[in-house]
Order: sequence, then C-alpha cells, then structure tokens
Amino acid sequence: MTGLQESPLQRANRLSTEPWQQAGGRSSGVTGTVASVREIWEQRRLLRLLTGRELKSRYKDSAGGFLWSLAKPLTQLFIYYLVIGQFLGAARGIENFAIYIFAGLTIYTLFSEIVGAGTGSIIANAGLVKKVYLPREIFPLAAVGSALFNFAVQFVILIIASIVVGTLSFGPQLLFGLGALVLILIWGTAVGVLLAALNVYLRDIQYLVEVVLLLLMWASPILYSWQQAAAILPQWLLEIYVNSPITLAVLGFQEAFWSEASNGVPLPHLAIRMLIAGVVGLVALFAAQRVFSRLQGDFAQEL
Amino acid sequence: MAEHVPVVEVNDVSKRFIIRKEKSLKERLVNAGRSKQFKEDFWALKNVSLEIGSGQTIGLIGPNGSGKSTLLKTIGGIIQPTSGTIRRRGRLAALLELGAGFHQDLTGRENVYLNASILGLSRKQTDLYFDDIVEFSGIKDFIDTQVKFYSSGMYVRLAFAVAVHVDPDLLLVDEVLAVGDEAFQRKCLDKIRSFQREGRTIVLVTHSLGQITEFCDRAVLLNKGEVLFDGVPHEAVRDFRDVLEERRQDEAEAHNATHEEQVPVNNGRIVSTTVHAAGRAEGDPVHPGDDLIVRVTYEHPTGLPDWIAAIQIDNVQGVPVYGTASPRMKLDLGVLREPTTVEFVLHDVQFGTGKYFINSTLMNRERAHVHDVPQAVSFDVPYYDLAVGIVHSTPEIRVVGA
Ligand SMILES: Nc1ncnc2c1ncn2[C@@H]1O[C@H](COP(=O)(O)OP(=O)(O)OP(=O)(O)O)[C@@H](O)[C@H]1O
Ligand SMILES: [Mg+2]
Repeated sequence: MTGLQESPLQRANRLSTEPWQQAGGRSSGVTGTVASVREIWEQRRLLRLLTGRELKSRYKDSAGGFLWSLAKPLTQLFIYYLVIGQFLGAARGIENFAIYIFAGLTIYTLFSEIVGAGTGSIIANAGLVKKVYLPREIFPLAAVGSALFNFAVQFVILIIASIVVGTLSFGPQLLFGLGALVLILIWGTAVGVLLAALNVYLRDIQYLVEVVLLLLMWASPILYSWQQAAAILPQWLLEIYVNSPITLAVLGFQEAFWSEASNGVPLPHLAIRMLIAGVVGLVALFAAQRVFSRLQGDFAQEL
Repeated sequence: MAEHVPVVEVNDVSKRFIIRKEKSLKERLVNAGRSKQFKEDFWALKNVSLEIGSGQTIGLIGPNGSGKSTLLKTIGGIIQPTSGTIRRRGRLAALLELGAGFHQDLTGRENVYLNASILGLSRKQTDLYFDDIVEFSGIKDFIDTQVKFYSSGMYVRLAFAVAVHVDPDLLLVDEVLAVGDEAFQRKCLDKIRSFQREGRTIVLVTHSLGQITEFCDRAVLLNKGEVLFDGVPHEAVRDFRDVLEERRQDEAEAHNATHEEQVPVNNGRIVSTTVHAAGRAEGDPVHPGDDLIVRVTYEHPTGLPDWIAAIQIDNVQGVPVYGTASPRMKLDLGVLREPTTVEFVLHDVQFGTGKYFINSTLMNRERAHVHDVPQAVSFDVPYYDLAVGIVHSTPEIRVVGA
C-alpha cells in the first residue's frame, strides 16, 4: 500500500502511470457481464460483510438469535404435516410424509428467501447505493448469501431427520440434491437480480412478489405428489408444471433425501430436465444481469 | 512536469433528470398511454467539461439547485451522465450530501469496516487505521452504537474521519463540514490543508465562500447546470455574488408584482435607497478609506411624527457589520409627509474584501418598523491580497528579536 509518507511528486508520478477508469460506467453485452463479474469478485469481502449484516439485522436484538430462523420452517412443517397429512389424509398416499414435506420446503424456502430478500435489497440498502459506487449486484447477492445460511441450517436438520427416519442412504441419487441446489441458486439469483432492479422503479413489485411466492409454493409438489397434479392438469399445463425449475428442484430434493426408502415414483427424465432447466437458467441469469446493468445507472437518483 | 497529472476528466457531460409524477403500478397502468404528460425533463448539467489535475483543490460554487451535487455524484460514479464521459484515476473517497454510505443498522465500528472495504482496504489495513479514525472522529463512546442513533454531527464526524484515513488520491466533499461544530470544522480544514501538502486532489462544494477563497486554488462556478466561470477563486466568488444578486432582484421583483398591495402605501414607505463612495460613481467599488454616502428617501402620506431613519450593513453571509440610526445622533426629524431624503455619510470606511448589503428601515417613535427594505442596495469592496476578513487594515509583519 502506498503509505502516507508518499511525497506529492511521487503521488503524481504514480497517478500518471495508473490506468483511467470510467466513472461508474460499464460496457454492454458479454464484455459488460464479464467486467461486472470481475468487479463483484474484487468486492467479495464486502459481499461477505453485507451477508453477515443481512443475517445480523434479521435477528438483531433477539435472544434466540438464528434459532428463530428455524422457527418458521419447523412450524410450517408441523402444520402441514398435521393438517394436510393427517386431517386431509395426504399422508396416506405418501410414505414418510414429514421428510417428504421438509425436503420440498427446505429447497423452496431457499428460493423464496433469495427472491423475497433480493427484490427489496436495493431499496433496503439505499443509504449505500446513494453515496458510494459499488457493483450493485452485490446487494441481491448478499440476499443469496444470507438465504444460503438459513438453508444450511435447515439442511442439517433435514439430514439428521432423514437419518433418524431412515430415508437417507448413500448413493448416486444424492447428486439430485446437489443439482436441485444449483438449479435454485441459478434461478433464484436471476429472478432476484431482475426484480431488485425493477423494484426501484416500481415499488409495488415487492408486495406482488410476496403474494406470488405464496402461490408458487402450491404450484410445486411440496405438499402433495406430482402424480396427483398429473391426474387433473391438462397436458399443456402439466408440461409447464413439471418443467418449472422449482418443481424440478423440489423433485430433486425428494429424490435425494426421501424417495429411496419411500417408494417414490420418479418423474421420467428428471436428470435431463434439470440439466436443461439449468442451462436455460444460466441464459436467464445473463439476461437478468444485463437488464440490471442497464437500470442500475439510475438507481441513485430514483431512490 | 509531473506536478499536475490529470486525475479527473469530465468531458462534455450533461445530465437529464426525468421527474415522474407518480410511482405506483396502478397509476402507471392507468396513465400508461399518456405517460408523456406525467414526465418532466430537467437538465441538471449542461455540457460540462473540466480537467482536474492532481494536487489541486477545487471549489465548486453556485446557487441552490445549480448542479453542484449532481456533478460531484457523476464524478464519483454514483449517477450516470445522460451524455458525455467521465474518467478518473486513483483511489476515491467521497462525502456526499450529509455523510458517507453508512448502513443505518450497523454500528459505527462495523460501518468503518464496511466503508474501508468499499474503498478497497483490507481488514488488516483497516485495523491499522481504526484507532486513528476513532480518535479523529472524537466519538469513541458511541463507536459501538448503531449509526441511526447518531446525531447528524456525529455522523459526519465519523464519515469524514473514515474518508480522510483511507489514503485517497481524490477526495470529494459536498457541504458536509457545515454540520460539524466549530472545533471539528477547524480539525477538518486542518486535515484538508495537510492533504494539500501531500499532493492529494480535493473537490469541495460549500456555501461558505470564505472557505473557497481561503483553501482553493481554483474555483468553478455553476449556474443552472452550466459552468459560468472556471479560474481564480476570488473572481469566481465575485461572479457568484453577481449571480445571486441578479437572482435576488428577480425574485424581489416577482414578489413585488404579486404582493404590491401589501406595501404599506398609506403608512409610509421607503421610496429609494442609493449608495456610493464620495468621489466615485454609483456601482463603483468602494475602497478602504472612502467616505460612504447612503441616501434614503422616505415618505408618509398621512404624516409620521418623530420618525426614525436607520440603516444596517450586512456582509454576504448576512452578518451585520455596521448599523446606525437617527436617534443615536440625537437627531429630531420632525414630521414625515412629503418625500424626504436623508443622507448618511460614513467616514473613512474600512471594509474588508467582499460584497455588502444595505438594509434600510423606517421606524415610528415607538421604534416599530414601518417599512423595511432588506438588501436595498449593495456595494463591493475590491480584492485585497494582503489580508482577509470583514475589516480592512494594512498589515505589516516583521520579526522583533529572536
Ligand atoms: N434524483 C433526482 N431526481 C430529479 N431531480 C433531481 C435529482 N437530483 C437532483 N435533481 C435536480 O437537479 C438540480 C440540481 O441539483 P443539485 O443537488 O445538483 O444542486 P446543488 O447545486 O447541489 O444545490 P444545493 O446548493 O442546494 O446543494 C435540482 O434542480 C434538483 O431538483
Ligand atoms: Mg447540493
């Protein structure tokens, strides 16, 4: 680091050899994305800081700390298990129903948290956005980071529970779990980044997203089996339903942590479908970043 | 000649703000077809070009809304110009409109690390500077409090402390110093001085014209988004005062046009106020040692007994520097009816450099103000390079023994 003892002349000489930077400007297309990724990479420490802050502020001043992050999913699990599984009888057709729900819920919660927190992230960090230049993708990415942390906690519980119940076995099916995670990360980030930018201009999106996320939970086989949906949905809708990245990720998680010991009926060609959804997701992520990059120039003045 | 390497190049930059009148989805949908009429274009910067060399201290002045903050933000990369380009090099620290980028929910300590990280310092480097930063800010007791509980002065203290300790090559400061108390302002200005010695570049936006002439070696005057003047600070300040004066007169005229009926015609008024130095024409600069002659004409249609004529001279910051009135001279003016002109002669005035305004007042015998004309006229005292301040005196400095 150039110290404070640098003389004016030394400073001037050093500056004259430094490259020019475009103030805040970024190029378009693939080179723009590459430049953005590099910028974000250079600020990875900041990303960590912001993620930590995000987590901290969520449970700030609470005695239970991050244990609260478990309260919601466990309560959900309990209610769904009791009401849908026992009262409504869904558990009759699905073995180890609690694990079944929890597998789906865990991966879905990840998506919902990435998108939910990501959407509001630019506005929540208005103080920073208005005062300093940063690659602003950092904010939705920090939302991804903190969602991942909560996911990890739930995931550990899922693993423990499935060992106890006996649905976990070591084998290649575990790869579906990894695939599902990657799939959700790609799509969640793409949607989160896009909505974060749009939300600056249209604040209603934040509220809309909450509602849609609630809906999406029922639009994937978390609380019922996909065959039940297949029985009533018209063909074209079924195609959309089973190929949605959320459905695929939920099925992937169930495949990995529940199916083996529970006589689950796998969706045909699950692996290849996930692969395609992943590739499409990457394209979506690229497009989302482009839109974000286009819009971010005016963030500071819109907030 | 490595003395002044260009570090910022602002090239033909314009910035347009689109002011939308509505923000919610519903309103947008309802108005989708005719969105044009709900938008308003506004050019905050028009074709601004500047080159800033390393080691310079540049003052940015201009009336409210002239685009100073906008220009600083585009240099900082926080907002994008509509057209034109800006490039810069070296490490940048910016203090824009009330403070650095602090996160309200974080403590002072965490914010220091966050900001240092944004500015490119590693955790280790920040550890190294941390104690200095806290000491400079003088808010040690609050460093582990969330910044949302800070007073605005404390906020700025910490922000400034961070900005000056991260070894920036370029420091952008937008009017933040005014919030600090006097002791802290002094400290900041001292820091700016040492930054100048270290060859760092500073761009300073302030409404304290004294700071501009005292600290800057160059000043840029903005008006309505355009660069009116770029050069020697005291000339920029003079031009700026003219701009302000023009604007004030326009506003006063507009005000009079709409408030004509409120002028107390029946109850007497000040008809006119003029000022000049003896032996000089009206409007010419007033030099130290001149006799200043202020003529004020008063009238009162219904008659005002034992009336009082008073004037007060303010400097440009509105600080009263001189005032006198007829009773002080034991002068009995009788009854005011017809237009009457009173001449105030101020002998041997010794005003320091700058613009001064004369406020003219007509009072009744209870000293109630019958009519006030604030800033009725103004005069200028030319630049004096041997001294600053509102009082003129010829200095002499010599060493008297070891
Ligand atoms: N985000 C924004 N959206 C719309 N208009 C804006 C925005 N920011 C600034 N403006 C407009 O741009 C103009 C210039 O503003 P700016 O803040 O640069 O003025 P300034 O010279 O800093 O004034 P001041 O001395 O009051 O600080 C103003 O008329 C302001 O209304
Ligand atoms: Mg301003």
